[in-house]
Amino acid sequence: MSDVVMTVNGRKVAASVEDRTLLVHFLRENLNLTGTHVGCDTSQCGACVVHVDGKAVKSCTMLAAQASGSTIVTIEGLAEGAELHPVQAAFREHHGLQCGFCTPGMIMAATDMIRRHPEGLDEKTVRHELEGNICRCTGYHNIVKAILAASKAMAAGGEAKAA
Amino acid sequence: MGMEGIGARVARKEDKRFITGGGRYTDDMVLPGMKHAVFVRSPHAHADIKGIDVAEAKDMPGVVDVLTGRQLKADGVGNLICGWMIHSKDGSPMKMGAWSPLAVDRVRYVGDAVAIVVADTKGQARDAAEKVVVEYDEKDAVIVAAEALKPGAPQLHPEAENNLIFDWELGDAKATDEALAKAAHITKMHIVNNRLVPNAMEPRAALAHYDKAEDHTTCWTTSQNPHVARLVMSAFYNIAPENKLRVIAPDVGGGFGSKIFIYPEEVVCCWASKKTGVPVKWVADRTESFLTDAHGRDHVSEVQMAFDADNRIIGLKVDTIANFGAYMSLFSSSVPTYLYATLLSGQYAIPAIHANVRAVYTNTSPVDAYRGAGRPEATYLVERTMETAARELGVSPAELRRKNFVTQFPHQTPVIMCYDAGDYAASLDAAMQAADYAGFPARREEAKRRGKLRGIGMSNYIEACGIAPSAAVGSLGAGVGLWESAEVRVNAVGTIEVLTGSHSHGQGHETTFAQLVNQRFGVPIDSVSIVHGDTDKVQMGMGTYGSRSGAVGMSAIVKALDKVEAKAKKIAAHLMEADESDIVIENGELKVAGTDKSVPWFQLALAAYTAHNLPAGMEPGLKETAFYDPSNFTFPAGCYICEVEVDPDTGVTEIIQFVAADDFGNIINPMIVEGQVHGGIAQGIGQSMLEGAHYDAGSGQLITASYMDYCMPRADDLPSFQVSHQNTPCPGNPLGIKGCGEAGAIGSPPAVINAITDAIGNNDLLMPATPERVWAAIHVAKH
Amino acid sequence: MYAVNYHRASSVADAAKRGGGDAKYLSGGMTLLPAMKTRLAAPSDLVDLSRLEELRGVRISGRTVTIGAATTHYEVSTDAGLKSAFPLLCRFASLIGDPAVRYKGTIGGSIANNDPAADYPAALVALGATVVTDKREIAAEDFFTGLFETALDDGEIVTAVRFDIPEKAGWEKFRNPASRYAIVGVFVAKKGDGVRVAVTGAGDDGVFRSKEIEAALAKGLDQKALDGISVPSDGLMGDIHASPEYRANLIAVMAKRAVAQAAG
Repeated sequence: MSDVVMTVNGRKVAASVEDRTLLVHFLRENLNLTGTHVGCDTSQCGACVVHVDGKAVKSCTMLAAQASGSTIVTIEGLAEGAELHPVQAAFREHHGLQCGFCTPGMIMAATDMIRRHPEGLDEKTVRHELEGNICRCTGYHNIVKAILAASKAMAAGGEAKAA
Repeated sequence: MGMEGIGARVARKEDKRFITGGGRYTDDMVLPGMKHAVFVRSPHAHADIKGIDVAEAKDMPGVVDVLTGRQLKADGVGNLICGWMIHSKDGSPMKMGAWSPLAVDRVRYVGDAVAIVVADTKGQARDAAEKVVVEYDEKDAVIVAAEALKPGAPQLHPEAENNLIFDWELGDAKATDEALAKAAHITKMHIVNNRLVPNAMEPRAALAHYDKAEDHTTCWTTSQNPHVARLVMSAFYNIAPENKLRVIAPDVGGGFGSKIFIYPEEVVCCWASKKTGVPVKWVADRTESFLTDAHGRDHVSEVQMAFDADNRIIGLKVDTIANFGAYMSLFSSSVPTYLYATLLSGQYAIPAIHANVRAVYTNTSPVDAYRGAGRPEATYLVERTMETAARELGVSPAELRRKNFVTQFPHQTPVIMCYDAGDYAASLDAAMQAADYAGFPARREEAKRRGKLRGIGMSNYIEACGIAPSAAVGSLGAGVGLWESAEVRVNAVGTIEVLTGSHSHGQGHETTFAQLVNQRFGVPIDSVSIVHGDTDKVQMGMGTYGSRSGAVGMSAIVKALDKVEAKAKKIAAHLMEADESDIVIENGELKVAGTDKSVPWFQLALAAYTAHNLPAGMEPGLKETAFYDPSNFTFPAGCYICEVEVDPDTGVTEIIQFVAADDFGNIINPMIVEGQVHGGIAQGIGQSMLEGAHYDAGSGQLITASYMDYCMPRADDLPSFQVSHQNTPCPGNPLGIKGCGEAGAIGSPPAVINAITDAIGNNDLLMPATPERVWAAIHVAKH
Repeated sequence: MYAVNYHRASSVADAAKRGGGDAKYLSGGMTLLPAMKTRLAAPSDLVDLSRLEELRGVRISGRTVTIGAATTHYEVSTDAGLKSAFPLLCRFASLIGDPAVRYKGTIGGSIANNDPAADYPAALVALGATVVTDKREIAAEDFFTGLFETALDDGEIVTAVRFDIPEKAGWEKFRNPASRYAIVGVFVAKKGDGVRVAVTGAGDDGVFRSKEIEAALAKGLDQKALDGISVPSDGLMGDIHASPEYRANLIAVMAKRAVAQAAG
């Protein structure tokens, strides 16, 4: 058993878990944060993407014990209070989701992608960077649209804040 | 069109929970005392079970119990059935082999369930499952359907001699042979429709809870049609009578057909919960999904299309072998028959058609409906053949099609269907314009200068949705009626709940169905709730598949709304002392036409429930139920154009543009309809370029059993799509809807393959057209 | 996943004490953890190296680059010094896996695992790199000994990779459409002592140098020298995604493109 301590969505949590416990199972089963999903066994689908110390990683390919000491943000912690994160808002506005299963991972990956590209994004880059996230419903068309829109909105928002 | 009514691009109501992590899928459900199940599965494609020793497994840490097929049989749990009876052309009924939810004496495909282990944690259940000792006597396996029909092939089921399930025909053989005999030109094709794995992103799951005190079972499961699950589990599998069985399909992460069927796992979980006395949850991992979700397609056909000297089609003869896998899944028999051969006329006036279909057992995963179900197979066959015919005849593919289009409606085909409305030339014209078809030769030249091979291809599909009059499908063998039900409950303060038998697993019903209510009563969609997916809440329903929720499900809601409206108008007339025929509903109020008298909707509702002042003899309340049985299929149709560029050095194909011009009849929410088209096209491009289930022919092992080997379409495999609509309203249902859920997957594969074969100058190309296959085809074409 | 004991190493020396036998070192875990999840790997213990600062970072001294074993692909792809001194390697690292994998996966983990379709083995062999361990230094070509096999002794730990920046270099990868690993990846590097061409993804025994292409390029990095070149398919892998013949073709095509890139 491992004693793990981490900050999840701003809350400090501690637990004793089997060493083989994956971070995704710790989040889902110990913390009841079921927004993070498991869609494959091979670390490819990205339904499980969360932010660990500010980086989008696949929580199905990390032990809870490895994440001990880290700061985690899941889809449940992305919005600030009642206000949606711009990426969440863009996914809704542009119909970037259908069944919703891949959506949390998509949004967490997209948020990280936009952060890594302060210069802005184009369609080709977005499509390339979505390599680790699989969606079966949307054909990605509206996901790409949503991410491009969110990137623009966040750049404008950042400028507005800076000004 | 109002802001939230029919035709408005309303953002989806359900998104709020999905984008914040608040969706509730089966695996998110937790019950006190819940235990976890893992299935022991056959590692062999074909073997006799000589014995199962569970002793060591039962002693493993955390194990509650290990249960086998013998115990299941002893408890009277029934075999899984196929619910659509097909008769062979000799009149004999289809040959259905026994499918026990847990195999007893024989396993017939890799992944066949043999035992269930229930333990405190999933890890412990898996540890114990490895300790279950099954003694197998391996037998030869057969993977390819045509091989399974040959003398001496391994035999799967004693009921089905030579592995033949049925040998069925449709159409007029004599008239078709006569047409072939007098043809000026015959185009012959060998058409292979590759096997696909549906891959909804949410793996299948079940959580069963048997309440001993109430003798009642609740099963949460990943279902597109929970009422059908309850019906089948009650009537055929002896899980519990319907009044003692509740099936809940909460948020479901995609279905694409694969979650229509009732699988062994939910049946076994219900039984295991009763047996062990604890709630039992099973969640498939992805490889388990690859092995056990019903696969799609897997047809091989020989085609002859006959033309007269004027290039008009005079006959079509088709001989198809359909691979059913190891067992007959719930609706498997309907797919290569009434959902396939009935669409072989395409968009064309063809006087004579004959189709022969043989369904065959093999040692592979069961095959059933997958997005499109039979119609993609028919469309691929017809549209590949049309394109090939145009090349052979040296005429424009577009003009050959245009010449043969059905232009008068209704049009009776020689294969049952009666097309009710359409304008195929309109879609063709729109697609060609959007794709700048005329400018293609210049683009091809430009690509050539860059060393690239550019090609263009089209596909003019038709499909049949909204299946269909219950009496008609009953006469064709369906074991169920295909109506839909709805209940509209107006609450006392005017909010509305719509209970529907349709199930939403990505389609956005919570929004579109509310838009319909908004259109009718003027109430905001936020005050309308759509209730679905729970047999204890919704009286009855047939679920969501075959693009039926709009055409059939919403029609039932219309009927219920009609009844509510009629009663509401009576009350309004009474309250305002007006004539019932003068009452109109506008902007959320009931008004007396031509006066300033009105009653707000909420006040009317309150009056219905306080019942202080109702017309004499009227029952209190405002709640109505309706069942809607369709009068015909609906016939969405359209034209898809794909333009590709091939790198001859590597065989890599890039889709430069993809144009879809569809006729879906009337549209409730264009944003959602476009989303359905995008997703369908992605699956069609997946089938044509990326996806294919691949078995090792000798061992029967599924090679493509994870995303490492089965190629799922990624964002960078696809372009953005150009989507437009040229709609002719459907005359057969009150909203004029045809259905849009499957069209993309139906129409796109032939467009893609027609484009690639055009680019490389070799018409002999299998799906998926992987880089290696394209490279090899270029290589052959060169020499 | 089978039960396992997790240890977070406090130093390389501490890790070495815990390693060996049925224990495995855990770095990014991008290959090991999926193998454990599907029960294809069953170590008794995992010794986590990923938080050891002594194993992290890119150091450039003159023409010599040293990359700590626990440096992630993301860190390599964004390293400012490397971006100006040897930008190709940044691009190379930015094409490994997907963004989430690049945040976790490390150069040391990649080479110690020596997946026949991994990217780094090709780069290291072509660059004539040296693998530094807690015990010794090993030439890259001697390090990769076969499929998932390396020259590492039981319990030995890769601590860094060191190489001199080549005069010119190019990298082209043809990805498996499903897994996105390399079906063929060709790394071409020109140094004073000649041109080295290393191929990953294709060889039955893992990474290898292409004699045919190196011979053709002996006079220099000239794309034309590869016109009509044919690479033998003997010893190449075949699977449902690519036959040996197709891989042989791809080696020639990718080599040409890598040379064009290097020359450009």
